[in-house]
Amino acid sequence: MRVGLLGRKVGMTQIYEPDGTAIPITVLECGPCTVLQIRTADRDGYHAVQLGFDDKKRKSATQAERGHAKKVAAEPKRYVREIRQDGPTEVAEGQTLTVEMFSEIKNVDVIGTSKGRGFTGVLKRHGFKGLRATHGVKRMHRHPGSSGPSADPAHTRKGIKKPGQHGNTRVTVRNLKVVRIDPTNNLLLIRGAVPGPNGGYITIRQTNMV
Amino acid sequence: MQNKFMELVEQSSMKAIVPKFEIGDTVDVHVRILEGEKERIQIYNGVVIAKSGTKTREMFVVRRIVQGEGVERKFPLHSPRIADIVVKRSGKVRRAKLYYLRDLSGKAVRLKERFPGGQATAAEAAAAKTARRAARTERKNARAAHAAESKKV
Repeated sequence: MRVGLLGRKVGMTQIYEPDGTAIPITVLECGPCTVLQIRTADRDGYHAVQLGFDDKKRKSATQAERGHAKKVAAEPKRYVREIRQDGPTEVAEGQTLTVEMFSEIKNVDVIGTSKGRGFTGVLKRHGFKGLRATHGVKRMHRHPGSSGPSADPAHTRKGIKKPGQHGNTRVTVRNLKVVRIDPTNNLLLIRGAVPGPNGGYITIRQTNMV
Repeated sequence: MQNKFMELVEQSSMKAIVPKFEIGDTVDVHVRILEGEKERIQIYNGVVIAKSGTKTREMFVVRRIVQGEGVERKFPLHSPRIADIVVKRSGKVRRAKLYYLRDLSGKAVRLKERFPGGQATAAEAAAAKTARRAARTERKNARAAHAAESKKV
């Protein structure tokens, strides 16, 4: 099975290796997750495992959510995602998966929703340098400058970087190193940063990087 | 709940016993260094001029004068490379960051010694005060007597 779990970002800190190197780590609360459904090629056209994380109150769940969870005798879940599989898997519906799955895995991909920054200009959004502060620049200091040639195309080219919504999108960070696993507290420690705020939901899967 | 997990992870990487030292203390920092295969301890002596950070990220800065040139080294407090910190002398300071020492040289760099060992009890303080007062009156009387004596002559 291609290993994957759902979880929550706890926060970042640093720990020391025995030789004294400090490693920047992100602490992830990872599982336990309930297998809500198995997707198979025969029925759905692809193989996947549908997982649910973090119980939801029954009264705040929709009838559909309650019914879906009831099939595997579980509570409705707040965060439901699928982990794509290469072929049929040995996991069964209703099974609980824990962070111990990652004991053999060295590198993981983490998928989350980045922090939303609202409608931002090109300096923040695309790292443009802006215009000069002095030398006759008039109230255009944070402008993008030109957005293309003039009369020849007579329109702006597609894909030009412009101001707009920044953040609050799905972001995948690939090939993060697993530093440590704490099965008693369902914690997964990985090296490096992960998208989203502390407490945000994330999907963790074994890396698909070759 | 989130913080509980953070605490747990940070606790695992922190030293159980951290040597107690204050800003202004002259300390010996025992640093483990690797020389090829062998590990040995090097001692770095100097004045602690700053502390920063919390938990696993706590750092401290030790300043010393090497051949007339000020050298500062910043150490991570919880790093396994730091074998020990021994306080040699405590300095009397009124700041949390002693960056003003960078602008001083020679004798001005010295800090007045502080003798830690807890506060004196109220009775001890009172006794010390009466003793001081007695000494003062005695000096005053002696001076008065001396003045009277010289006047007579």
